[in-house]
Amino acid sequence: MCLLRIPLAAAVLWTCVAQGAELRIGLAADVTSMDPHFLNLQPNVNISWHVFDALTHVNEDARLVPGLADSWRAIDPTTWEFRLRRGVKFHDGTDFTAEDVVFSIERTFLVPNGQFRTFTQRIVGKRIVDAHTLRLTTATPYAMVPYDLNSVHIVSKKAATGARPEDFDSGKAMIGSGPFRFIRFARGDRVELARNDGYWGSRSAWDKVTFRIAPTDPARLAGLLSGELDAIEQVPTADLPRIRRDSRLQIAQKVSWRTIFFHLDQRSATPPGLTDKSGRPLARNPFRDVRVRQALSKAINRQAIAERLMDGAALPASNLVSPPVFGHASDLKPEAYDPDGARRLLAEAGYPDGFALVLASPNNRYVNDEQIAQAVAQMLARIGVRARVEALPISAYLTKGRNAEFGFAMLGWGSFSGDLALRSLVAAVNSDKGFGAFNWSHYSNPRVDELLERAFASVDEKQREALARDAMRLAMRDHAVIPLHHQITTWVMRKPLAYAPRTDEFTFAHHFRPQ
Amino acid sequence: MLSHIARRVLQSFAVLGVMSLLVFTGVYAIGNPIDILVNPHSDQKEIARAIAALGLDRPLLEQYFSFIKHAATGDLGRSFAFNVPAIGLILERMPATIELATAAMLIAVLLGIPLGLWAGLKPDSAAGKTIMAGSILGFSLPTFWVGLILIMVFSVWLGALPTSGRGPTTNLLGIPVSFLSLEGLRHLILPAVNLALFNLALIIRLARTATREALQQDYIRFARAKGLTENRIVGVHVLKNALPPIVTVVGVEFGSVIAFAVVTESIFAWPGMGKLLIDSINVLDRPVIVGYLCIVVTWFVAINLLVDLAYSWLDPRVRLGEVT
Repeated sequence: MCLLRIPLAAAVLWTCVAQGAELRIGLAADVTSMDPHFLNLQPNVNISWHVFDALTHVNEDARLVPGLADSWRAIDPTTWEFRLRRGVKFHDGTDFTAEDVVFSIERTFLVPNGQFRTFTQRIVGKRIVDAHTLRLTTATPYAMVPYDLNSVHIVSKKAATGARPEDFDSGKAMIGSGPFRFIRFARGDRVELARNDGYWGSRSAWDKVTFRIAPTDPARLAGLLSGELDAIEQVPTADLPRIRRDSRLQIAQKVSWRTIFFHLDQRSATPPGLTDKSGRPLARNPFRDVRVRQALSKAINRQAIAERLMDGAALPASNLVSPPVFGHASDLKPEAYDPDGARRLLAEAGYPDGFALVLASPNNRYVNDEQIAQAVAQMLARIGVRARVEALPISAYLTKGRNAEFGFAMLGWGSFSGDLALRSLVAAVNSDKGFGAFNWSHYSNPRVDELLERAFASVDEKQREALARDAMRLAMRDHAVIPLHHQITTWVMRKPLAYAPRTDEFTFAHHFRPQ
Repeated sequence: MLSHIARRVLQSFAVLGVMSLLVFTGVYAIGNPIDILVNPHSDQKEIARAIAALGLDRPLLEQYFSFIKHAATGDLGRSFAFNVPAIGLILERMPATIELATAAMLIAVLLGIPLGLWAGLKPDSAAGKTIMAGSILGFSLPTFWVGLILIMVFSVWLGALPTSGRGPTTNLLGIPVSFLSLEGLRHLILPAVNLALFNLALIIRLARTATREALQQDYIRFARAKGLTENRIVGVHVLKNALPPIVTVVGVEFGSVIAFAVVTESIFAWPGMGKLLIDSINVLDRPVIVGYLCIVVTWFVAINLLVDLAYSWLDPRVRLGEVT
């Protein structure tokens, strides 16, 4: 009797909540601020994309498409002209014009501790040709302007003049032109939005959207199972088999732009944690030998990690950007698992008995990060390299990484173009050029750098992508870093909902469809 | 009495000073918040600029003294992650936590004292044994696990209560509270029970022991010999003598339930201070961590003071001037 009643009660509740055009989404991480020009954190930007809009959009495959700008072109190597969409109105009814764009670009420099100036600091001149034409100039040829502006949300000049971060949190300045109007932000709890009927793009199916902040994984899933939430993001891989068996649930998956890879310190003579097997320092740095780097790469069974440890939610990687992303070189194949070949390479390089290393990894950042590190350590043991895993919370991890305290370290990276990823991760460290900010390997290859510089200066997209691919091939064939896999992001929703999954991992309410 | 209170206040200032220095050093030793919060597309100059903008490039002691200077004027700084004043952020989240903690302590006290009394009066009965066995579970089951089981049973299977979050709030004397509406109460039940469980078990055991001790005292035998009713013996003589240790524990536990409801708040996505603390530690949001702990220390000092006062009321032999 009791057994019979329980599913019945659940079923009744289930159908009750399915009515009405409201969508309730469980977010995996806290939204810290409503100010679109403060921190470039995924949950914050996710909300910005609902209320605000940007000149350029990226589609599901992380490729650039028109947004508030209909079209753009480089009229000379240092000048970009943007033609703005006509007839767009902000939520308060005022017209969207080039003034608002200029205001928003300038605002990125004014927000206390704001981090969006990264995307605007190369713009040295802004000229309003007419209300819907804007020319932006850079000091040197710079191809990334339309990409950078994808990250700069356009606020209303009228509503945001003089606004402090608090005014965005309270909603006073939350006037955008995005697909949803802002209703309420309850910090640590929820964000409520209502449809903007005047939005220029396709009309959202939802009158009302509530983002609930539910950072505990099992509790977020329970919210979905109980019918309190309609969809959730960032589903733990361990729950995937169970969810697939549940006929009420629908899964949407897509390869993410986030690539997990290993940095190997190739600069210092004695990388931290590297010794021979009895604990004595090595005579030279083995990571400087490309055969050693390749051997370590061959020792990793990427397929096993993707299938077993990640429950299929990973794609073995050969590149630093995932397949849909601009600049991915599809002719590169993931390094095949070949422990015998790896041992031969190590012997050739003068390490027939291997060596010992410390494998650093975060334990609360990437999907299954610490387990992956443990698995890789065991795989390295099979070719005679003894690896000890040192897993740290991300708060302690990143500072140590920047201070070059790791010899062999896991890192994850998401970029919407290959040249951008290479610039941060493998370009020779040079703070004047802004190259190699996260090049913990201190890999340096002048040919890669030269290709990257040519790519950034090339305003022709086809040419730029070809250069980015060449740079990727060069760095990957040289095993500058060891790519592991691209994460696959999972959304789960109640049937009959459907979601168009995105490479950039964003959870957009307007891309959920009631079928 | 007054000098006692004055001494307590002075002590608490010393504690605040030591605590803030410890936390400052600790957070500094862990890492740099900019490394977590920085825009990953930034270059080296941009990272250096962001670090300098928060003053994180200066020597630790210089940062600390600058913090003390501002704190003296009531300004604990702006949160690195939320970009609003830390103190406002904490106070904004405080009502939710106090509401949850009060509900949990009410459940623990209102159920725990009668159950403990019962178990103490009838230790050999089936009910008494069941109560004690149950209290062991309350002690030993981890809060995290119990919370998930509560959600599984009451929300997912029975569909009776919401899984997480706080219900709609209404203003009571200017403070947003959620227990005045049915929906708010439904959201409150599971997290409050989850948070109450440990203290419920603790109070049951304390009440039982204290009751059994009191029952063996001479004055109880006297009362019996005098022919007082059982109700009066238990309700006045046993209970009043059993209460002091319970009051001490309830006081201290109330403080820690408020300060460290972290696990329950995280599981149930309850927008309180505990969750704020954990989130802030994760991103090394120092102004919030330090501000939070300052408030907690003040809390504990105040609660201890109240416990002392209650003690002297319950047990006239205790004189406050002599308590140190």
